[in-house]
Amino acid sequence: MHGLRWKIAGHALALLATVLVGGLLSATMVRLAPGFDADERELDPHLNAQSLQALREARHHDDNIISFYVDYMKRAAHGDLGNSLALGQPVRTLLRQRLPLTVQLLGIGLVLSWSLTSMLALSAAWLRLPTYDTMATAISGMLLCLPAAVLALLSVLWNAPGAIAIALIVFPHTYRYARNLLVKAYSRPHILAARAKGLREARILFWHVVPVVMPQMLALAGVSVSMAIGATIPVEALCGLPGIGQLAWQAALARDLPLLVNITILVTLVTLLANSSADVIGSMFRRQEA
Amino acid sequence: MSLRRILPFVLLALVLSASVAASWLAPAGYAKQYREAIDAPPSRAHWLGTDELGRDRFARVLYGTRISLLLAPAAALLSTLLAALIGGLAGYLGGTWARMAMAVTDLFLSLPWLFLLITARALMPLNVSPLVSVLVTFLLLGLLGWTAAARVLCSSAASVRTSDFVRQARASGVSGQRLFWVHVAPNLTPALYAQFWISIPVFILSEANLGILGLGVAEPMPSWGSLLKELENLVSFGAEPWKFVPLVLLVLVVTSFQLLLSKQEEGTA
Repeated sequence: MHGLRWKIAGHALALLATVLVGGLLSATMVRLAPGFDADERELDPHLNAQSLQALREARHHDDNIISFYVDYMKRAAHGDLGNSLALGQPVRTLLRQRLPLTVQLLGIGLVLSWSLTSMLALSAAWLRLPTYDTMATAISGMLLCLPAAVLALLSVLWNAPGAIAIALIVFPHTYRYARNLLVKAYSRPHILAARAKGLREARILFWHVVPVVMPQMLALAGVSVSMAIGATIPVEALCGLPGIGQLAWQAALARDLPLLVNITILVTLVTLLANSSADVIGSMFRRQEA
Repeated sequence: MSLRRILPFVLLALVLSASVAASWLAPAGYAKQYREAIDAPPSRAHWLGTDELGRDRFARVLYGTRISLLLAPAAALLSTLLAALIGGLAGYLGGTWARMAMAVTDLFLSLPWLFLLITARALMPLNVSPLVSVLVTFLLLGLLGWTAAARVLCSSAASVRTSDFVRQARASGVSGQRLFWVHVAPNLTPALYAQFWISIPVFILSEANLGILGLGVAEPMPSWGSLLKELENLVSFGAEPWKFVPLVLLVLVVTSFQLLLSKQEEGTA
């Protein structure tokens, strides 16, 4: 129990460090972004020299990156992530508008991908038919050789939903590991003994195979979240889906650094959270097994 | 040597030779416009037709293959060297150094690769000359792609450091630097070699992704990524199959690399 607490504390520390370092990076990018020093109000011909001087002095505080960072973090803690340079809207509003679609896309894509992975990997390990195994491996290998953006384009061409493209991008990565884990688990002596004793396949699977492979499968599930998030960029950008991935792509094309860095921090936090959760749950499983 | 090993080898050699001989096979170059044949289907003059700007697709495929196939190994070399420096040194030094280096590596690894890539790409100017865009794209791949290899090399170096022969060398009075360069580094070569070959198909695919998203090599310079961007305008799968040639070529090359790597893995296992 003590070890688990340390593990959770370690992950929490990593998340905190990511927020702080990410915040510093974000603040530096925003501070150094082109046009940061410009203030359109200075172009107003009605302003006199004193007013202009007051405006410049008000902005002078932001010249120091450290003080700017502290202010930036204070604002971020209250939910103010700054404004997008290209879209002219608050980053928070943009993220709030686009998040539901991306979450939905990721959710469906991951469920589809894991369903396909479990189905094929389990049947490959269970049936142990060389032809079937070769075919499944060839299909996943073929998908692995296609760029994610091409799969997104093909989904547009075939009018397939974006979630299918996400599933097909993630599937070959998860299938390889899941298949190897299950094949290895099924070839363990105690499984062979259970089979020889005539135990039903369902019982062997849920009582003897799943507990053995669960920690590694959970780690793989955590990694698959990161892969799926990465896949949202080409899928949303090329399928015309207005989600976070498309927003990141638009921000990259427009060199909208405040928006892009905020999205990257958000994505990093989500992936770290997914990986940490998978690690902690995996540790709990291992502890239970022991 | 089995057919499964020979076939990808021959295919890679053929594709590489054709791309190196691009200036001989397509002397007009990749940028020449044939204004009388815009978006033309394949013909005797243009084996793979022309693109929407009237440029010969066959020439562009050859030159694009050259860029992708020559620069992906260069980026892989850079990333492997960085991985050797960071991972190898961290593993050799051990303790706090190793923990710190691996914490940074893990943070990089947890980031989705494409997100990291487009963020870093956006930091660079986008309106640069085509040649600079090629260099920037592959340099970024090399500079950001070291993390997975660094992890492997760190554990390899750590196991070499604690091996009997290194302990014996240390006990015989061999100094730190000499110990690293003479006894540890040569034993990391197989891992370095494997990481280099693993990185090449990854970088080829990453460049293709960046190119399709418009963040890769700039026009008129061709690369597999920029050539695949043409698929965006396709209305049906079977209407213009010749436009799929760059994709088929890319899949064949990446598959060949995967087959060679899997054979190598089997061999080392």
